[in-house]
Amino acid sequence: MKMKLSSRIYTGVIFAFLFAPIVVMLIYSFNESKSLSVYSGFSPRWYKELLRDRNTLEAVKNTFVLAISATAISTVMGTAAAVGISRIRSKWYRAALKTVTDIPMTNPDIITGISLMLMFVFVGRLVGAVNSLSFWTMLAAHVTFCLPYVILQVLPKLQQMDPSLPEAAMDLGCTPLRAFFKVELPEILPGVITGAIMAFTMSLDDFVISYFTAGNGFETLPIRIYGMTKKTVTPKMYALATIIFLVTMSLLLISNVVDNDDRRKLKEKKAQMRQYK
Amino acid sequence: MKRKLTTYHAMLAPYTAWAVLFILVPLAFVGYYAFTDNDFNFTLEHFIRFFTATSNVTGDDGVTREVRTYVLIFLRSVKLAVISTAICLLLGYPLAYIMSKATTKVQKIMMTLIMIPMWMNFLIRTYAWMTILQDTGIFNNFLEAIGLDRIRIIGTETAVIIGMVYDYFPYMVMPIYSILAKMDNRLLEAARDLGCGSFSVLRRVVFPLSLPGVISGITMVLGLTPLGIIPIGPLNATILIPSISTFYISQKLGNGKFYLIGDAIEGQYIANNLHFAAAIAFILMVILLAAMALVKYASERYVYGGES
Repeated sequence: MKMKLSSRIYTGVIFAFLFAPIVVMLIYSFNESKSLSVYSGFSPRWYKELLRDRNTLEAVKNTFVLAISATAISTVMGTAAAVGISRIRSKWYRAALKTVTDIPMTNPDIITGISLMLMFVFVGRLVGAVNSLSFWTMLAAHVTFCLPYVILQVLPKLQQMDPSLPEAAMDLGCTPLRAFFKVELPEILPGVITGAIMAFTMSLDDFVISYFTAGNGFETLPIRIYGMTKKTVTPKMYALATIIFLVTMSLLLISNVVDNDDRRKLKEKKAQMRQYK
Repeated sequence: MKRKLTTYHAMLAPYTAWAVLFILVPLAFVGYYAFTDNDFNFTLEHFIRFFTATSNVTGDDGVTREVRTYVLIFLRSVKLAVISTAICLLLGYPLAYIMSKATTKVQKIMMTLIMIPMWMNFLIRTYAWMTILQDTGIFNNFLEAIGLDRIRIIGTETAVIIGMVYDYFPYMVMPIYSILAKMDNRLLEAARDLGCGSFSVLRRVVFPLSLPGVISGITMVLGLTPLGIIPIGPLNATILIPSISTFYISQKLGNGKFYLIGDAIEGQYIANNLHFAAAIAFILMVILLAAMALVKYASERYVYGGES
């Protein structure tokens, strides 16, 4: 059905609203002058300055180290958990796990951040540490909020697949672990990849939880941006944000392609099965 | 069979341990800190302070009044959350409806476009809004160009609401759209055949059927907004980042009249009053849980019908 003119205008206005800040960020990151309100001409100056800013480069490295570690841990643990959740018998255990998994998703970030910080500070004091917050507390926090994304991406894929497949493999002599790697993992891989990418982008972009759990000396990009906005703000901040934004967007694009590819394969498989019937 | 189950329990064990240690125990710590003083002795002083602490505020009319600091912050948070949720709904519903009527390809593109702003760093997002809305900003320049007067937005509640609506809009559109897209078109045809005009089809058929989506949109947005963390507005209009707004806006307006509950928590964290911060977080959690239970009860009773 073709859209009515009024619908088109309405949609246009809403999207103008949604994209206004993004366009501002992109345009002003190329601003020649230092101003965030007057646009004085195109220049890649701020991107060049970013490359010369050692603290920012250090923050880029930290962000990626943290995001990659958190993604790796949460993907492995989360995938194993999803398989467990979908296969165990106890309904009570499963319901409890699902409820707990929802907590970090529904709780406001500030509560997740504060609660983890309180625990780290308390335990730190118990063991007599001077600085209870460090890279490790941040990693634990990131793994915690990444896990639900992985689990919630993998679970539906497990429900879609035929549960008799791994059983058949085991009847034919596979150990459960071998059956997992040979039969289940290839089937749920698109979900695992999407979950991992989601986890990675969440970790990359998180500010609130990092802010509460970050230790001295370990600065990630969002925390650095926060620091920059406390001082004089220059388009350099927009340049930095543009780069993060583009990295995130391309990762999401990849995960979209993976998912579409998976759906296409599923369709083909169904069509084939219909033929054999 | 037994061996299989053992394997699955072994696969679950790390996650179970992790969830207990890093999700449940920390939440217990919020309660523990909230009800104890600096020496970890039981106390209710933080809650008493939350409900009774007062401060002096000078209103727009220049009259100074004594107000209950945290109760006021709390009520303001709720008020702004309700207003921005309502605006999200009013703006989001038509969009979700238009989307559900578009071709599959267009639907997919629109969905992607709606989600893109969610991936922009939120500090930057709000900063970009400042660039747009400030007195000499893009929006005011536009107003002037078309012959209208400049208006002051930064430093008003309007600015805070714009920021909140922007942040939570996708969360409102998605659930409504997913319900509308699944709606059986034959129902609409039947209504039309029976003599309904297009507005009455919308009012009598489409809207009632889409209520579950509306409810979950409201829950998502309301659940999120009270804590909004948006550095737009005067002095501490902003929520988690009072320092940003202080330096940027206080020169212009300079009274912290839009301090929200997230600011209050963060402010106490900065001041190292961890116990009081925990108490505010605790109150917030209790109220969010109560609100969610209320919405759930209302939706089961009035949306899905009482009999089931």
